[in-house]
Order: sequence, then C-alpha cells, then structure tokens
Amino acid sequence: MRVYLDNAATTKTAPEVAEAMQPFFVEKYGNASSMHSFGEEAKEALENARQLIANYVNAEPEQIIFTSGGTEGDNLAIKGTAYALKNKGKHIITSKFEHPAVLECCQSLEKRGFDVTYLNVSRDGFVNPEDVRKAIRDDTILVTVMHANNEIGTIQDVESIGKICSEKDIVFHTDAVQSLGKVLLDVKEVNVDIVSFSAHKIHGPKSIGALFVRDKKQLQPLFHGGAQEFSLCPGTENVSGAVGFAKAVDMLSETDVKRMTELRDYLIEKLLEIPEACLNGSRENRLCNNVNVSFSHIEGESILLGLDDQGVAVSTGSACTSKKLEPSHVLLALGVKPEEAHGSIRLSLSKYTAKEEIDYVIKAVKEVVESLRKISPLGK
Amino acid sequence: MYSEKVIEHFKKPHNVGKIEDADGVGTVGNRACGDVMKLYIKVKDNKIVDIKFETMGCAAAIATSSIITDLAKGKTIEEAMKITKDNVVEELEGLPPVKVHCSLLAIDALHAAIKDFKDKKK
Ligand SMILES: Cc1ncc(COP(=O)(O)O)c(C=O)c1O
Ligand SMILES: [Zn+2]
Repeated sequence: MRVYLDNAATTKTAPEVAEAMQPFFVEKYGNASSMHSFGEEAKEALENARQLIANYVNAEPEQIIFTSGGTEGDNLAIKGTAYALKNKGKHIITSKFEHPAVLECCQSLEKRGFDVTYLNVSRDGFVNPEDVRKAIRDDTILVTVMHANNEIGTIQDVESIGKICSEKDIVFHTDAVQSLGKVLLDVKEVNVDIVSFSAHKIHGPKSIGALFVRDKKQLQPLFHGGAQEFSLCPGTENVSGAVGFAKAVDMLSETDVKRMTELRDYLIEKLLEIPEACLNGSRENRLCNNVNVSFSHIEGESILLGLDDQGVAVSTGSACTSKKLEPSHVLLALGVKPEEAHGSIRLSLSKYTAKEEIDYVIKAVKEVVESLRKISPLGK
Repeated sequence: MYSEKVIEHFKKPHNVGKIEDADGVGTVGNRACGDVMKLYIKVKDNKIVDIKFETMGCAAAIATSSIITDLAKGKTIEEAMKITKDNVVEELEGLPPVKVHCSLLAIDALHAAIKDFKDKKK
C-alpha cells in the first residue's frame, strides 16, 4: 500500500482541477492583456477566477492579487509593506515559529535597517495577542502572524490580533497558506489587511497563489515590468494556474473538513497509545489534517525512511534532515527539548485520505518505532 | 539522497545489540546532529573478535554504525585504529556531504571503545 500523509507539504492536484486547466494550454492560450478574442477569453477566465476566490474569503475582486504562491505572497506582503511605509516607522512584529518565507523576509529587512520583534509562542503553540499589544511601539508599521502553523497546525487568534492592530492603525498580515479551506477567514469579519494563500495545499496547481490586500496603496511592488495584477505582481498572467486555483477553492467543503477531523483524532489517539509518544502542539484549535508526534529515543529521519520503506510518506522536524543540522525552529520555539524534536514526525491528511490508509499507517508507525527503539542505546 | 548500500545497511543493520561482558564500550554523541552511538567490543589476543552497536540516529548514523562493525570485526586493535572516515564513506558507496559528520561519529565511537578497552587493561 502507498499512503501519502504529507499534504502539508503539497497535495495531489484534484483531477477536476487538472481538467479545468486543460483548455488553457493548447486552446485558450491567449495573453490575458491582449485585446483580441484570444486575449479576451483568457482575461475572462482570469477575472472569473479572481471573483470566485474573492467570494470565498468575502473580499472584493480588486483586493485579490494573483502571485506565484505562498512564498511570493509573503515576500510581497512583508517587504512591500515595509518599503511602502518606511517613512512612518521601521518596526515589525512577528513570531518565532513563522514559515521561513516570513522569517527570512524579516531577517532580510533587519539587514536593511528595520527592527523586528520575534514573539515567543506558548508551549502548546499559540501566540498570545496580548504579547502583540505589548510589543507595539510608536514606530511599528506591520504585524505578521500566521493563521495556522505548517508544522503543528495550531490556529492562531487572528481575530484578536487584528483588533489590536486596527486600534493602533498597524498593518496586519497573516499567512493563511495552511488554513485556507480548513478554517474560515472572512476578511470583512476579521481585521486583517493582507493575507497570503497558495493553491497547491488545497489540491490546486503548484506555483500559483493569491494575496488579499485591503488597501493596495500601502504596498510597494517588489518587481517592475507591467501593469498586470495592479502593477503589484507584473508579468504575463498564469491563467491556467488561476483557473485551477479557483476550481480548487470551489471544491472546498465542510464535509471534507469534518471527515479529516475525525480521521485526525483517530490517528492521534492510536499513535499516543505507543509508549513515550507525545503530541506536539495543542489538540484543540488545530488544523483538521495535522498530526505531529514525537517518539522518545529515536530520530525522525529514520522513522521517515522506515515508513517510506512501507510506502508511507510523512515529514520530520529532525535536525538530521535539515541543512543547518538544527531541529525544527517551530518545535524549539514551543520549548520542545531538542532530543524530542529530533524524534518528531508530521503526518498531514487530505480529503482523499481513507480510514483503511490510516489503519495501515498506525500499524506501520508502531512497527518502525519499535524496531528503531530496539537498536537505540537510549531509554533502556 | 542515499546510496543503495546505505539504505541496505539502514534497513538491515549488521551486528546490532549489546555485549554484556564487553572489554570496551564507547559512547559518543553529536550535539549538532543529535545522533548517539554506543559501540561494544570483545577483544581476544589483541583482536576484535566481536563487536556490536546501538545507535539512535538518522539513516546515515545507523548505516555507518553497521559498516564500522563490519570493518573492525576480526581486525587487530592497531588495524582497527587505522580505519578512516574515507574507508567508511567508500564502503557505503558515498554519503551526502551534510551526512559525512555521521561517519565521523562511527570512527569516534570505535576509538572510544578501544580507549576504554586499553584503560581497563591498565
Ligand atoms: C505556512 C506556509 N507559508 C508559505 C508556504 C510557501 O508556499 P508556496 O509553496 O506556495 O510558495 C508554505 C508551504 O510550504 C506554508 O506552509
Ligand atoms: Zn545524522
């Protein structure tokens, strides 16, 4: 059996999505900026896609900018805001467990004279909104805190953080790459100014995403070249990608979320029956598809490869698989001990995950953990 | 990422376990990586007649532990001391550059076990 439980990394493109994209390669290949009928049909498809995505988050279509994905969206949101507002202030607030696309943007801005506060996170994986409030200074221009964490799946209180930011008139960006389709984010309900999305985490194509931007005047483009995407993300539009993304959004369903939640809970329960196993990140307020477990006395890469040998795909926060030879910054930010972080694996489900697959995975994990513990010098 | 030889040793490591009445035991750990390796040797007439290991670590750490036991078994103490990191890497048909430090760990463990053996003899 082959079981894919690495859906937080990327997902299978839904066949319906691939089908929806198909005409835009060999048939409707026009440039969406061209005036002729080829251009018109591409433009129409692009704008329909924009409208659909806007509707889903309750935004206006002109507030949706297509990007090449989550990474580009985060870069445009953070650097674009910093450059646009640098005369107002140079202080940015973020958290210690953001995705590298956010953290490394912040680090690059530090080299350019910006000052960044990296907030601590609680042991169970939450940023305290009051910590955001306390970190705000007169020169704070941007707060960026992710909606849901990609490694441990904890869902942040963006509502409270948004309220605090709007009281103080500070731009609030959230990376919603992992939460899209899993946790509702209504941009009219929540005081959020910029939100990053990516299609390939929801069975859409890779290398397409979107940025919700409430007020485009507060954003400076990072690339220059044309008027596409309101001049904020210039370049010939990825029409097939946008169409595929919109199709993926259109297919999101609450029933799938419910099913995944049930399977997730079952998987957590069964994995925690293994001795000296613990769940990383809170059990409550957690993405419906995320399980992250540490097994004492063994190492994550070995678990990953042992599982791969049985056809099961997962990921790990072990140092041995990172180029820097440091365990996951997310787990360390939580205060997980390095040796426990070494023995962590993330299993992330999708709407395609079946109960039989989960049962197979539970059995495989038990076997792999047991055999690795047999050869480990620790814990005896 | 890994050679077939590494995967082979990872899946079916040789000489796994403990030697209860070992003549030398070496325990080393690499903080950077988090791998921990424990090597047991049994020595007779200056020869390593038995060797076993226990390792907590990545596939490279497990494979290098396995290969070092193969390389050292049957060798004299002097010969065993001459085993280098390059021997280990070569025997495994290569290691990704970021994993070479794991092969150092295996050498260190062997040296530590031999040192322990020599210290005990004194
Ligand atoms: C939270 C988060 N932000 C950003 C990204 C990057 O998105 P993309 O792969 O579309 O560039 C990812 C995915 O890896 C993610 O999980
Ligand atoms: Zn290692």
